[in-house]
Amino acid sequence: MAEVSLHKLNKRFEAFHAVKDVDLQIRDKEFIVLVGPSGCGKTTTLRMIAGLEAVSDGEIRIDDTVVNEVPPMDRDIAMVFQNYALYPHMSVASNMAFGLKMRKFQKAEINERIKRAAGILGIESLLGRKPRQLSGGQRQRVALGRAIVRDPKVFLFDEPLSNLDAKLRVQMRVELKKLHERLGTTAIYVTHDQVEAMTLGDRVVVMKDGVVQQVGEPLELYNNPANRFVAGFIGSPAMNFADVMLTGNGGQVTAEAPGLRIALPPDLADRGRPHLGRKMTLGIRPENIHVAGPSDEAGYCFDAGVEVVEQLGSEILLDTRVGSALFVASIDPTIRVRPHEKLRLALKPERLHLFDAESEKAL
Amino acid sequence: MTATAVHDVAAGRRPAVRLRKLEDERWLALALLSPTAVLLGLFIAYPFVEGVLLALSDARVGDPGHFVGLANFAKLWDDNIFWTSVWNTFWYTGVTTVFKLGLGLWLAMLLNRHFRGKALVRAFILLPFIIPTVLSTFAWKWMFDPTFSVINWTLFNLGFITQRINWLGDPSLAMSSIIVVNIWRGVPFFAISLLAGLQTISPELNEAAAIDGARPWARFWLITWPLLLPVTMVVMLFSVIQTFADFQLVYVMTGGGPANATHLFATYAYQIGIGTGLLSQGAAVSLAMFPFLFVIVVIQLLYIRRVEVR
Repeated sequence: MAEVSLHKLNKRFEAFHAVKDVDLQIRDKEFIVLVGPSGCGKTTTLRMIAGLEAVSDGEIRIDDTVVNEVPPMDRDIAMVFQNYALYPHMSVASNMAFGLKMRKFQKAEINERIKRAAGILGIESLLGRKPRQLSGGQRQRVALGRAIVRDPKVFLFDEPLSNLDAKLRVQMRVELKKLHERLGTTAIYVTHDQVEAMTLGDRVVVMKDGVVQQVGEPLELYNNPANRFVAGFIGSPAMNFADVMLTGNGGQVTAEAPGLRIALPPDLADRGRPHLGRKMTLGIRPENIHVAGPSDEAGYCFDAGVEVVEQLGSEILLDTRVGSALFVASIDPTIRVRPHEKLRLALKPERLHLFDAESEKAL
Repeated sequence: MTATAVHDVAAGRRPAVRLRKLEDERWLALALLSPTAVLLGLFIAYPFVEGVLLALSDARVGDPGHFVGLANFAKLWDDNIFWTSVWNTFWYTGVTTVFKLGLGLWLAMLLNRHFRGKALVRAFILLPFIIPTVLSTFAWKWMFDPTFSVINWTLFNLGFITQRINWLGDPSLAMSSIIVVNIWRGVPFFAISLLAGLQTISPELNEAAAIDGARPWARFWLITWPLLLPVTMVVMLFSVIQTFADFQLVYVMTGGGPANATHLFATYAYQIGIGTGLLSQGAAVSLAMFPFLFVIVVIQLLYIRRVEVR
């Protein structure tokens, strides 16, 4: 059980500044996910916490101890690697025992812990096998087992599910969540998959180019993204964006673009009013667009040309052209739409987002 | 084109007989294997059999000789120089292999780290391996020359010695000298091969072990060494075979001297067979190498199989 805090953490690889002034307070028992595109510095941050990468500048604390200069073995952490990093010449049991043997545990205690961990993960029957005799999912479990037998202060996960096939990934995701609930150990999890981030994290840290973009609970990121990058990164399919100009007409504020004219709802209009006449970016998620019906106000409707229809069963994704912008809409699967049709769509005004076109910050 | 093919098949016509035979895997295998078989037979099997026959005769230069059974080997049994060369060969192979492995592994581990100018260092390390052995050995011979030795000169000027050391004239010093040269020549092969082996070991394994609490020495002995062992064994196998049958280095440095103190199997076989013209005796000496080498190789191959299965 431990808190981890990062203070103005920096990492430079010669000319490349990989991690820039990262500040983060990770609470005890929290499951925190670092997410971002490749090269965003999330893995480097994790490796600095593990002690595998030297800190260029800043401070890492585990509980109240500054661990910048503490070697990995003395930080009392356990890490699960992307490629599992199981010792290929050792059996599953020896792999799990290794960390305990290094720490001079009694044999009985080691066996007891292995048995318990194997029970939790359902790998009792694999203990005598070598890693190469295991499937990807089984290896993943052993790697988890090797981490949990140690009963460390903090778990570090470096994209642990990215080598599994889609179905197994979903299954292991659920198991990881259960495991964390059961063990309650502080966990730091790195992934590039926003779905994993949303489903696993108590809080999610979105990173880009070495800079933290936003830290928050999953729904907070989804509902109130701090900037255009977070808005586009969180949620699938991604949020639609259109370059618009804000125009005022009495109390009304309208976002205008060729082929698009959307009246802003009152609270967004208030925030947009100081920016009248300026270029802005309008954002709306696919799931907040539907086919216009009689109850939709004209100010929230627009015409769209259907380009591609993707039938997913539970929904239909429409790739549409709206003026010069491309919008994806997720619509009711019972509606019949064909490519090249013209369609009138409506959006949920309370779900609109507005971003400054230059700073990309949310209004 | 397609139409004719269809027509051919329909009419039951098939390709020419010769091509049809190659569609049969047995004939194809035979055709593909025969060049190798011919080469191996001509350059390995035939000379080997000839060597055996020679060793069982009393042939000498200018005299085809007659079959004499094991007489040549019986003679070797009582030959002190022969037993000296047997002992020398084992000593030479053993000592050099240990040092080549140790130094080669050390270099490989250094080269497996990242540092500036790594590519250049790697290229330089290969130098002893690239230079023709005879040339580099002549250079070493010069360095060990009693009068012109740069080693003596250095030791003398540093005040370590007051008299010249006759490196190649003293029996035990001569052996040590050729051992040094062999190590110098053999280390690059070990270093580069072991480096290749090290690079197949995922750095994540060492990182995982570090997090698991293993100190550097424990990481080497428990992770790196066992994973490198299959490569190490193959490299040692090659090196042992080569060193055991080494010739040029000793021939150039000492010619087997002083007083036959540095003869190996190959140099002694050459001296008797070619030097004195007793072809059959020389053949017997080199053939005597075979059972020793055979046992060493079999042991190593068995061991390699064991570590690879793990």
